[in-house]
Amino acid sequence: MPEWQEEIRHRLAGLNLAPEREGEIVEELSQHLEDRYEDLLALGNAPEAAFHIALAELSESDLLVSELGRIERRVGPEPIIIGTNRSTNMIAGLWQDLRHGTRALLKNPGFTALVVLTLALGIGANVALFSVVNGVLLNPLPFPQPDQLVTLDQSKPNFDRGAIPYPNFRDLQKENRTFSAMAISRGFSFSLLGTGEAERVSARLISADFFSVLDVKPALGRTLAPGEDEPGAGPVVLISAELWQRKFGAAQDVLGKSLTLDDGTYTIVGVIPANFSLFRGTDVYVPIGQWKNPALKTRSAALALHGIGRLKPGVSIEQAQADLNGVMGRLAATYPDTNRGNGAKVSSLKERMIGGIGPTLWMLLGAVGFVLLIACVNVNNLLLARSTGRTREFAIRAALGAGQWRLLRQSLTESLLLALAGGALGLVVAGWGMQAALSVLPTTLPRAAEVGLDSRVLIFTVLISLFTGIISGLAPALKTSRWRLSETLKEGGRGASSRSRAQGALVAVEMALAVVLLIGAGLMIRSLSALWNVDPGFRSDSVLTFSLSLSPAMNAAGPGATRAALRELSDRISSTPGVRAASFSAGAVPLQGEDDLFFWIDGQPKPVSQSEMNMALVYRVEPGYLTAMGIPLKQGRFFSNQDDERSQQVVVIDEVFARKYFGDSNPVGKRIRQDGQDPQQIVGVVGHVKQWSIDSDDSQSLQAQLYEPFRQLSDNSLPTGAGVVALYNGPAAPLDSIRRVVQNHNKQNVISRPHTMTEVIADTLADRRFSMILLEAFALVALLLASLGLYGVISYLVGQRTHELGIRLALGAQRRDVLRLILNHGMKMALGGMALGLIAALGLTRLLTKMIYGVSTTDPATFVIVSLLLTTVALLACFIPALRATKVDPLVALRYE
Amino acid sequence: MLDNEVKRGSTEMLILALVEDRPRHGYEIAKLIEQRSDGVLQFHVASLYPLLYRLEKRGLIKGRWVEKAGQRRRRFYKLTAAGKKILVQQRQTWKDFFLALDRVAGINPV
Repeated sequence: MPEWQEEIRHRLAGLNLAPEREGEIVEELSQHLEDRYEDLLALGNAPEAAFHIALAELSESDLLVSELGRIERRVGPEPIIIGTNRSTNMIAGLWQDLRHGTRALLKNPGFTALVVLTLALGIGANVALFSVVNGVLLNPLPFPQPDQLVTLDQSKPNFDRGAIPYPNFRDLQKENRTFSAMAISRGFSFSLLGTGEAERVSARLISADFFSVLDVKPALGRTLAPGEDEPGAGPVVLISAELWQRKFGAAQDVLGKSLTLDDGTYTIVGVIPANFSLFRGTDVYVPIGQWKNPALKTRSAALALHGIGRLKPGVSIEQAQADLNGVMGRLAATYPDTNRGNGAKVSSLKERMIGGIGPTLWMLLGAVGFVLLIACVNVNNLLLARSTGRTREFAIRAALGAGQWRLLRQSLTESLLLALAGGALGLVVAGWGMQAALSVLPTTLPRAAEVGLDSRVLIFTVLISLFTGIISGLAPALKTSRWRLSETLKEGGRGASSRSRAQGALVAVEMALAVVLLIGAGLMIRSLSALWNVDPGFRSDSVLTFSLSLSPAMNAAGPGATRAALRELSDRISSTPGVRAASFSAGAVPLQGEDDLFFWIDGQPKPVSQSEMNMALVYRVEPGYLTAMGIPLKQGRFFSNQDDERSQQVVVIDEVFARKYFGDSNPVGKRIRQDGQDPQQIVGVVGHVKQWSIDSDDSQSLQAQLYEPFRQLSDNSLPTGAGVVALYNGPAAPLDSIRRVVQNHNKQNVISRPHTMTEVIADTLADRRFSMILLEAFALVALLLASLGLYGVISYLVGQRTHELGIRLALGAQRRDVLRLILNHGMKMALGGMALGLIAALGLTRLLTKMIYGVSTTDPATFVIVSLLLTTVALLACFIPALRATKVDPLVALRYE
Repeated sequence: MLDNEVKRGSTEMLILALVEDRPRHGYEIAKLIEQRSDGVLQFHVASLYPLLYRLEKRGLIKGRWVEKAGQRRRRFYKLTAAGKKILVQQRQTWKDFFLALDRVAGINPV
């Protein structure tokens, strides 16, 4: 007796019937077949033949399954009902969707992996960038009540954020009514002796309140006590956790030990925690009273002191600003010649720390959002293509009574599963991406140490995954759930033209997004190369800069010995093999540090106060400087070795200075005056150098530049260390030879912060390079995804049209015609999207105005190159499947069903 | 063999008519249709049962499992009151239709 039940069950399997119902149908039909089989035998058929006839009747043109489907739908109970109340049904349904979805996805691992990877890339890039935005822009500063923290500067008429002279600070501290505390600090450096080889450590001179303003608790010991910052207080020092680890092995008994910094001995009283990141890289914190600088007592010397403060609860920045301006007003009245025209500037500490990076980060987040959209569109297309193969499954489920909403839910469940898997993998991608990005440019990004995965980033990941799941699953889901049963069953699962229209539109959108990103990246590349081609006014190749500190013993040696030592070292460095020219340099250094002075033109009346004097950037250099930096001499002469402390005071000015103060008349021979100094004669004019930055130098108000001979520095302003610039031969800087020469002179001389000028320039462009590299990466991923999308759609289309192409070929169409047909179709989508993208880019690149340099946001070259690039890639993406289309064999194609 | 369209339109009536007098099971119905139409009308398992289920869902017939001693149980379908009404209507419709055909084309219903 044949096994009818199995045959029937096998045919009903796709219907997913409730077990009871299926059992009934199987029983009834098998009974029927058995009767039929018996009758056929009775009619004289052989058992074999009888079996085949009965089976054929069961299989008759798939009628059973399709018709059953139709009927079950009319009646409409859901296939499986667990429990009776509605919420149970919902959960049961959801559970079933999940299980079904997982099964369906696992059945097709290649497809699933492709989608999950695409989404993981998109989501990962977004999460990585969001965690940067979150850590840098959104999270509060890692201090208690961070909104109360502000920075304090002294403002001058055309200079908002000047340093505060120490006596002014003391008055502000005493007389303000809006601050609960304020402190002042400046960067410094010491030679650390007695703990192995002499090394240069980075220091901060701080007032006693510094750490209590920020409310930072020490990792060990204490911070400064009130009064400990007064001159003559006991020499104490706080050290960083990093130095504690490096020099003391993080030993608990470090407190009370002494540290030799230059010629002073300091007692260690506390260790600052490792996560303190306000002035990153600081090794030691020394009370400002330990600084033996007489200028600390004058109101005319600013000395690079800048303040921080904590507002009283409920006080706004504007109120604090007004309060401090009141104090500054009283100071101006009391000390007119130093303080007239000066005000105070209060700014949010967070905004100052973040600097100008905000717009760049938001722009990058927007750009990476585009990448995710493209990834979504690709997944959309993949899901659409896949839905073809599942048309029948959905039709049957619909026939069995699953409502439209239920089918939509099933589709969405699957795309959400995909997106959540993508999101989970994306977190891993984000982790790597963040590490990679932060290690490329650790110094560029403020608050980089605070960037990481926190709960907000995790919430963002979940939200963006859900969003991605819905966006990438909605179109295919809507399509699938709306299949008309009868059409589908008639068509035998072949595609409809409306779907390829939808795919075409999606590909066009992808192309448009890619165009926008490519143009953004193109503009960044163009501006960076424009910046590299900007002439900074000095040579950047083969120039080495570093700092040199004389042995601390020189501090007590007197000016004569210091002068001799500096001169000796200058000569030795200049004659080091490989060095062509070298010079000490104090004061301003292009792109690295500023220094300025106040002056008036000799012969004019002396201005009554400092704020009415002229200002110029000042470079104190030796004769070799002009050669070493490659600055052109325009007029007169530069310094010689005879311009020393015994000869007449001379200066050299730059072209801007000459034009501004002497117009068309010849400045050589004229004299300038500085407060409390002999007149200085102008002996030459040199080219202008870019001091502030490569890109925005022209927008700075202080442009006039003045050179003083290093050897004419007065005894009391003679430094025991200075910068050095050296021009060298050959490919690499002879730093080791120079270090040997310097050490041979005195073992306690220290060289620190060596950089080539090229590195210095690269550093100033690091922000831009960071944006450019990221935008470039995003644009390339976008291009790749978009061309894959185009390729996929065209391939799919060729597959769908095989039959039609076969007929065309059979009717005499040339292969060339077929190629053109397919290319036309693909390029229509690509060019349409490109046009859309170009229009969008015209609008969107305006957001880049502040981030690009030397090119217009509508730079025709960029637009043309991007268009050409995209056209080429699109042609390539269409060409491969189009070529396949021409290889269609008409005979095979016509038989193909 | 009759055209599919005609067949589909008339099958409902055939089945309803066959279960009018007494309940019958599926195989019996199929066999009766074939016998009484001299093989012109044939219903195989794949086409018959969907129809039966559809009629049952619409409440025109009612199926019931019946066990007889020594046999496997079978599902018997009987005409419901609603089914009876439809059958009467359909008979009238077809009668009118054939009459019209006869007047126009000169055919006699068998």
